Amino acid sequence: MRTEPIAGPSGTMIPVARTRHWGRTLSAVAALAIFGWLLFLLVVNPRLDWGAVATYLFNERILAGVWVTIELSVLATILGLVLGVLIAVMRLAHNPVLTRLATLYIWFFRGTPVLVQLIFWYNLAFLFPALVIKIPFTSIGLMWDTNQVMTGFTAAMLGLGLNLAAYFAETVRAGIQAVDQGQTEAAYALGMTPARRMRVIVLPQALRIIIPPTGNEFISMLKTTSLVYVVAGHDLMTNASQIYKSNNMIMELLIVASFWYLLLTTVATFLQGRLERRFGSDAVRLVRRGGVAAKVLPKVPA
Amino acid sequence: MSPVVRATGVRMSYGDVQVLNGVDFEVAAGEVSCVIGPSGSGKSTFLRCVNGLEPVLGGSLRVLGEEVGHSLRDGRYHPWSPKEYAAFRKNIGMVFQRFNLFAHHSAMDNVACGPVHVLGTSKDKANALAMELLDRVGLADHAHKRPHQLSGGQQQRVAIARALAMNPALMLFDEPTSALDPELVDEVLEVMRGLAADGMTMVVVTHEIAFAREVGDRLTFFADGVVVERGHPAELLANPAHERTKAFLSSVRGPGG
Repeated sequence: MRTEPIAGPSGTMIPVARTRHWGRTLSAVAALAIFGWLLFLLVVNPRLDWGAVATYLFNERILAGVWVTIELSVLATILGLVLGVLIAVMRLAHNPVLTRLATLYIWFFRGTPVLVQLIFWYNLAFLFPALVIKIPFTSIGLMWDTNQVMTGFTAAMLGLGLNLAAYFAETVRAGIQAVDQGQTEAAYALGMTPARRMRVIVLPQALRIIIPPTGNEFISMLKTTSLVYVVAGHDLMTNASQIYKSNNMIMELLIVASFWYLLLTTVATFLQGRLERRFGSDAVRLVRRGGVAAKVLPKVPA
Repeated sequence: MSPVVRATGVRMSYGDVQVLNGVDFEVAAGEVSCVIGPSGSGKSTFLRCVNGLEPVLGGSLRVLGEEVGHSLRDGRYHPWSPKEYAAFRKNIGMVFQRFNLFAHHSAMDNVACGPVHVLGTSKDKANALAMELLDRVGLADHAHKRPHQLSGGQQQRVAIARALAMNPALMLFDEPTSALDPELVDEVLEVMRGLAADGMTMVVVTHEIAFAREVGDRLTFFADGVVVERGHPAELLANPAHERTKAFLSSVRGPGG
């Protein structure tokens, strides 16, 4: 907006009056008042023990829970991404059986609540008391007790990972299909096999479309891991709930948990922003040599 | 010497739509063979059959001594595997109407891509070859640009260099100048003239009648999925034997052309 004076008809400089936005000011004051009042109610609430919040913020079990939440999110996301690419490739294969199976997988895992899937994996022992890998009709092989393998952590990782795979497969499929058919034809015309064309030409271009949503998936996964508390996965939410069940400081511990979730998602959102800038403009060196994170994260394009 | 391409009665269809109705066609080594015809006449489809991008459904199409899509073993023809298709296409360069440069690669990487990923040439050697070929098409200064930073004519010249990098025995051009702004057509035709002068065997599907007359050794007119007539370009253009050819030529030349 102009603040520099304007020469008037007589040649003297006349200042420009500042426009007052009364409507804006009024609505801002009203919104601030309501927000401040709600915050005030919370902060001065005599039933809320802020001292306990501060104490529990860096409680050992809480910190251990934060760590498990990070681990679980990373592992489940990796499982989901790898399996998702596999299912997407199956889905796009020329083999009608593979295509149908991939569709069935996606339909099933997207159609059932992740909570149900978590409880299912946790209770796998009801169906298979022992997990056995052996040569058929012999007794040579390995055997594990299902209850020992299917801890809350593994059940959670499997449940979340398999679920994410179903969603991610659709993202990958869309990314692959978005690459122009002409790229494939040019690759074939040079004498590439379908597999090489996929790896050298199509996937690097599809990644540009696929990568940004993976950030979203990870952020969403950080929060979804809180469902794990139903199978006692020792994540942040599980540990917070165990503490409040013993001392009844429900609100205090929910505030503590929220603090950590907010911190994790904020950091993840920041990293995702860099990821998107990296892939939004100039493209993709991902499938070539070098670690993904090392290549993707530190470099911000000009 | 046997011809580089020999088609006899080649048929092809998309579902119920018959696209090629028995094409007879021949290209000798070192020949520049231009193909003209109205859109939908099957000329591009035929070109795509020559390097196996579209399947031949009837007749026989022999290219570089092989029956495209099938090999004869134990008294039967066996359909090619993707690997066999790939091995066959190595020797045939193709230039597309819409360039189809690899969008994530620089001009140089586009040209080096084939040697590196298909022939197993070392990266350094392939880059040196790429620079040499880019220089040949007049684009050495643009080696590090991405396709979207180049004009249509420049992109098409990179595409030609990319095909040449495989050292092909045959080059196919599918309307290489049809997607270009008029002022960019000449730079691409100039490169193609150079190739022809070097003795490259070329099949050029085109609407550039002047180019066909000047550079082509043979001209083929396609319509409705068959070859209507073939002949020496100057003769065919001056005295077309068929009504269909006359009608097409007068429509592309315009009044007084």
